Amino acid sequence: MKKVVLALLLIGGGANVYAQKYMTRTGKVSFFSSTPMENISAVNNEAGSVLDSKTGDVVFQIAIKSFKFEKALMEEHFNENYMESDKFPKSEFKGKVTDLSKVNFAKDGKYDVTAAGKLTMHGVTKDVSIPGTITVKGNQAILNAKFKVKPQDYKIKIPSMVENKIAKEIEVTVNSILDKK
Amino acid sequence: MRIIPAILLAASVFATNAVSAQDGKSKKAKTEAEESDDLMDMLDEEDQGSATKKKPYTTATFKTSRLVNGHSIENTAKGVLDFKVNHRFGALDGGFSNFFGLDNANTMIGFDYGVTDWLTLGFSRSTYEKEYLGYVKAKILRQVDKGGMPISLSYYGNTSVQGMAAPTLPAGQEYHFSNRMFYVNQLLVARKFNQWLSVQLMPTHIHYNLVPTTAEPNDIFAMGVGGRFKLSNRVSINAEYYYRFNELNGYSNSLSLGCDIETGGHVFQLMLTNATAMTERAFIGQTVNQWGDGGIHFGFNISRVFTIVKPKEFK
Repeated sequence: MKKVVLALLLIGGGANVYAQKYMTRTGKVSFFSSTPMENISAVNNEAGSVLDSKTGDVVFQIAIKSFKFEKALMEEHFNENYMESDKFPKSEFKGKVTDLSKVNFAKDGKYDVTAAGKLTMHGVTKDVSIPGTITVKGNQAILNAKFKVKPQDYKIKIPSMVENKIAKEIEVTVNSILDKK
Repeated sequence: MRIIPAILLAASVFATNAVSAQDGKSKKAKTEAEESDDLMDMLDEEDQGSATKKKPYTTATFKTSRLVNGHSIENTAKGVLDFKVNHRFGALDGGFSNFFGLDNANTMIGFDYGVTDWLTLGFSRSTYEKEYLGYVKAKILRQVDKGGMPISLSYYGNTSVQGMAAPTLPAGQEYHFSNRMFYVNQLLVARKFNQWLSVQLMPTHIHYNLVPTTAEPNDIFAMGVGGRFKLSNRVSINAEYYYRFNELNGYSNSLSLGCDIETGGHVFQLMLTNATAMTERAFIGQTVNQWGDGGIHFGFNISRVFTIVKPKEFK
């Protein structure tokens, strides 16, 4: 019997190798464009994200159509004219927490980190480095980050007519609670 | 019996070792990109597994709630008030003395309101026969991207009242209020084939409580066909044709060609049409001008939206 227990323990131990990932389907990603003419904000509460606490790999995936705007017409313009969400339905970030050694996933606390990787939107991929924090709270890892994105970098065309209503740099805020898997 | 746990143990030790060995080897072989791909796959798997996954409904089949004269499958978004000002001018063949028809105009002023994302209510007043109209448009089926429901289906219905002075009738005869009323029932069946092309069919029934002459039926049936072709993200060409199954002398089918131009907060719809009225009972059933005879009219619809109730994320 002892051997069976041992065997089960070993099998259990094997499974534990995979229990190092944190994941969510309901992460929050929002953005804000501020100009003297108009402020535009949008929020997406359906961001998918996985963090591998062992390797530091982190990914985000969001459906462009899931961004909600205060004004319905803005949402339509965002999808139809700027992000062309029929053509480019998803935006992705694939990267790595570069200073993972700072984070102790066994201990609750807030850790300053940087994630470096590739951000893809509107069919264009760019290397980015994003400063943020990982807050460990029991079986949860909360990812917070704030960074700026230039629409021009991602070939998002803004016609001169509305140039002064859309900021040159859009502020993106990430606030996602990931659960241990 | 003793052998079994031993085999199990051996097997599990072997298996675990093998897994970790493989793990170690593949770690080295794998590039960082591949590792994050694995994480992406994990998201995708979860995606497919979850029953609560949202259906990817097709959006923006048309730019606005009107195709040209008639309605499109698009509803006004929840909590949004759409203020519409539409004009149809006189016939182009009026020549320079009538400024190619621009001296005369039929006007419609109306409000559409999105009660929910699937129900729009509207009210309007038109110049032609001083008509007041109330309508309801409700989504029944919604097209889904990539497999699933291939079409969107909506019901559109209106009731309208013309406000002309009552005719002088012989003594003892009464002109009932109901004589002024019209009813329209329509189904809108649309499919967005790709981001450039959308097509719509509009089977229509119209009831006139009172018709001008005894030769005219009180109920007419028509089939509308229309579509839009996008020239760019902000400009599209639209067309709309209504074929009446009850053919009547003096009336013709309405054909309209339009162009949607979208600016920041407005959608302009410019058009050429042989219909001068803007209510369904009039432009589908009672259009008198013909394209062939130069009875072509320039017109436009302007739409301005106001957000009355903010989405829940912004309350």
